[in-house]
Amino acid sequence: MVATTPFHDRLSELNDQRLYTHWQGHLSALRYTHAPKHEYFAVRHGVGVFDTSPLYKYRITGPDAERFLSGVLVRDVSDLREGRAAYTLWCDDRGFVMEDGVLFRHGAEDLVLTSARPALAWLTAHRGPLKVGLEDETDAYGILAVQGPRSVRVLGALTAAADHLRRFDLAPTTIAGAEVTVSRTGFTGDLGYELTVPRRNCLDVLDAILEAGRDHQLRPFGEEALDMLRIEAGLPLVDVEWTDSTLAWSDEQRVTPTELGMGWMLRGVREGRRFVGSDAIRRELETGSSRWATTGIVVDWRAWDRLHRDAGLLPTKDEHPLGWESWLRDDSGEQVGYATSVMYSPVLQRHIGIARVRPRLAEPGTGLHLETTVLHRTATVACQTVPLPHFAPQRRSAMP
Amino acid sequence: MSETPVSETAVNENQSRDLASEHWDAIVVGGGHNGLTAAAYLAKSGMRTLVLEQRHLVGGAAITEELRPGFSFTTFSYALSLLRPEIIHELDLVEHGFMPLMMPSSFHPTGDGDYLLFGDDTDQNVQMIRRHSRHDADAYLRFNHDVDEVVQAVQPLFDNAPPDLWGTDPQDEADVAWLLGHLRGIDKRVMHNAVRLLTGSAADFVEDYFEHPAIAGYHISSGVIGSKVGPMSPGSGLVMLFHKMGEHDGHLGSWAFHRGGNGGFTQVLARAAQAFGATIRLESPVEAVLTRDGRTTGVALQDGTEFSAPVVVSALDARRTFTQLVDPRELPDDLVDAVRRTKYRGVSSKVNFALDTLPTFPALPDSVDHFGGFINIGPTIEYVERAFDASKYGWYSERPYIDAAIQSVVDPDMAPPGKHVMSCFVQYAPYELRGSDWESERERFGDTAQAVLEEHFPGFGDLVLQREVVTPVDIETHTGLTEGNIFAGEFLAPQMYFFRPAPGWSRYATPIDGYYQCGSGTHPGGCVMGSPARLAVQRILNDRR
Repeated sequence: MVATTPFHDRLSELNDQRLYTHWQGHLSALRYTHAPKHEYFAVRHGVGVFDTSPLYKYRITGPDAERFLSGVLVRDVSDLREGRAAYTLWCDDRGFVMEDGVLFRHGAEDLVLTSARPALAWLTAHRGPLKVGLEDETDAYGILAVQGPRSVRVLGALTAAADHLRRFDLAPTTIAGAEVTVSRTGFTGDLGYELTVPRRNCLDVLDAILEAGRDHQLRPFGEEALDMLRIEAGLPLVDVEWTDSTLAWSDEQRVTPTELGMGWMLRGVREGRRFVGSDAIRRELETGSSRWATTGIVVDWRAWDRLHRDAGLLPTKDEHPLGWESWLRDDSGEQVGYATSVMYSPVLQRHIGIARVRPRLAEPGTGLHLETTVLHRTATVACQTVPLPHFAPQRRSAMP
Repeated sequence: MSETPVSETAVNENQSRDLASEHWDAIVVGGGHNGLTAAAYLAKSGMRTLVLEQRHLVGGAAITEELRPGFSFTTFSYALSLLRPEIIHELDLVEHGFMPLMMPSSFHPTGDGDYLLFGDDTDQNVQMIRRHSRHDADAYLRFNHDVDEVVQAVQPLFDNAPPDLWGTDPQDEADVAWLLGHLRGIDKRVMHNAVRLLTGSAADFVEDYFEHPAIAGYHISSGVIGSKVGPMSPGSGLVMLFHKMGEHDGHLGSWAFHRGGNGGFTQVLARAAQAFGATIRLESPVEAVLTRDGRTTGVALQDGTEFSAPVVVSALDARRTFTQLVDPRELPDDLVDAVRRTKYRGVSSKVNFALDTLPTFPALPDSVDHFGGFINIGPTIEYVERAFDASKYGWYSERPYIDAAIQSVVDPDMAPPGKHVMSCFVQYAPYELRGSDWESERERFGDTAQAVLEEHFPGFGDLVLQREVVTPVDIETHTGLTEGNIFAGEFLAPQMYFFRPAPGWSRYATPIDGYYQCGSGTHPGGCVMGSPARLAVQRILNDRR
């Protein structure tokens, strides 16, 4: 039976569409009003809240916690100080990406790892003789993302803790009488925070946020708006940009961190930093054997309009991300890549995407052709590679 | 991304420079949205470009003013729709802060306490229609599709300069051949609908689809904006079609507010123009365009300062471009006659409010979303037609049509937390009053508009912290738009396309070499579109080759 999150009772009152998807066995709102675009604009110009509670949450404790995590996560966590968080991947022993998540360091021996998919068995299997406690706290907490340029003002009305946080800082604080963790994290590429809240306090904290946000036109936003935001931010999504390597059928579905555009996470690997999959990744780095590079693409809007007008159609400009992959071809018509996410960006006013191309074509400004269909026929439209993210406002990383 | 208002940066930057002694390749007269767009394109092409703006801030009729601490009023123009995507991309506007905030709704009180509320979900819109009329439900789908087909057919005419029907060189003939080819390619039913819209009344067209008075009333309202026509007047169909042309965010006919109001948008344009190298000089009203031997040589300001340049571009309307900035005796009589005959006849005004909190619509007591877009106060065709009647006889409507917008609902930066600003476009308010003047009638007119709001939103008056009444005379005085016409020349068939602003002069040049026109009075102008300026600069650059 499908479950509901600890914020659901209140958020569902604000949902006049009743459109939900299932996310890790929980009801997750697709949208709250008739079009996700307006929820998207609330985050880009005001403030929105997103219920991200279904994420798995694993508490890792004990004297060997850091050592353990250093051995399983791709990101070097040895310099992750208390009060900091870090986005990371983990891989199988062939160096293919399994999942991603955010690691929160609450104390020297107290860390929490979030994950979109269950990972306890895999983590436990790699614990070995280390002195590490591993606990699934998924159901003990709700997580509420408060995102957008006004998020700092809304939180500021309830706690002084948010004002001083740099990107990926976290701090304990009290909101509505509840002990919560506020972190400057999120999946929108904008200024934003997440509140990790004990389950029993979730409605109280949400009510306080809604009240504080009332005068700032705060809106809840659903998965559709989140998808638009994260594509603009160039953030990859599991099962869209890649498949968990342990669940994939073919290496064609698998990617390495480098191929996923996460090469920046591999500091120290060439020099011998070790974790699950690091040997394979080191060989990939040394031999340059990556099959793909991840890049942004921008569709030539004139070509898009012409393609549709010539067919007697109005050019479609739909902000809903496509639910399928689109092929990328070079001038000769050869397939040289594929776009994993494509949407029409309301802020940039053009079609944008996240794509994987042969590494030699990843140089920004490379002209390619995106395959699409018009009137039941395949067609291609000109596009070019651009660096990710597509949209990165200064406020995302500046001190508010 | 710099957020300092251009009224400040332009002044500070220019204090130490003697701009009059510098060499300019082009001077743009008027810092409204078309003037700024032209300046950005000229500068981008490498020309040293100077914008001369009469006021202390750029924007022309697209400005935002903080009349009360924390409350931003869109004094005149208040929404974006017809802005062309090429301008956003070619001028890198996103880098300079471009942020359109799409309106989530369109709200139409039906006058009997009920309402129509439309959003982006067609099926939900159909249900909204069905609540009032089962007959009109599928008519609604066909109406939208039929109008979209006309829009698609007409759109290419918006993206190109009108062909010169009377021109004789091969390019003119090629342009005319292109137009004929395009017209012949249009389906005959679509062409017929186009002509019905271009020549007929909005009411006739709309009533072919809808039987319910409020549903018809909702659909005709865009047919009277800014024009001295009623919904039953021939010609209102053209005005309606023009407003349906709006393509923003890819959705035909959808509208947005810009972050910070339309003044926020012209600030973006000004920053883009400056980034390309254009210089903006404020408080620089131009007295005259200087000419010698049929060529322009520059401009003189009212204080006598002269600036020289081989190219001068007027972003003002045709009346000012041809009869005030230059001596009409230097121009052909037929041009001057056509310009003098051009109808302006402003009938639009603004009544803007600072509000202590959101108004209440009794049938939607706990909702906010119906205030996120246009609030259309003109319940039926008859209501709007009667509002028009008064203007025919030189007086303002007793119960005016109002297109209201509470921008702070989607743009919290426009007002302090919990407070709101409400822009009300109020019609009809004829430029010339019979037996009185606008200074005498200003507050009574404001009361008239406010009384209509009180009808629909009981208790409205108690929420008003401040009220600003902007009459057609104010529009003319502050923006220079002749007779306060918001489109820089009415949308009448004889004033469009080949004839905008005058027969034979629709391609941005003037009879004076080096003197060009790029304002909203040129094709495809009116509304915050930027296309006239873009097409004008194409013409200038072609002429220089």
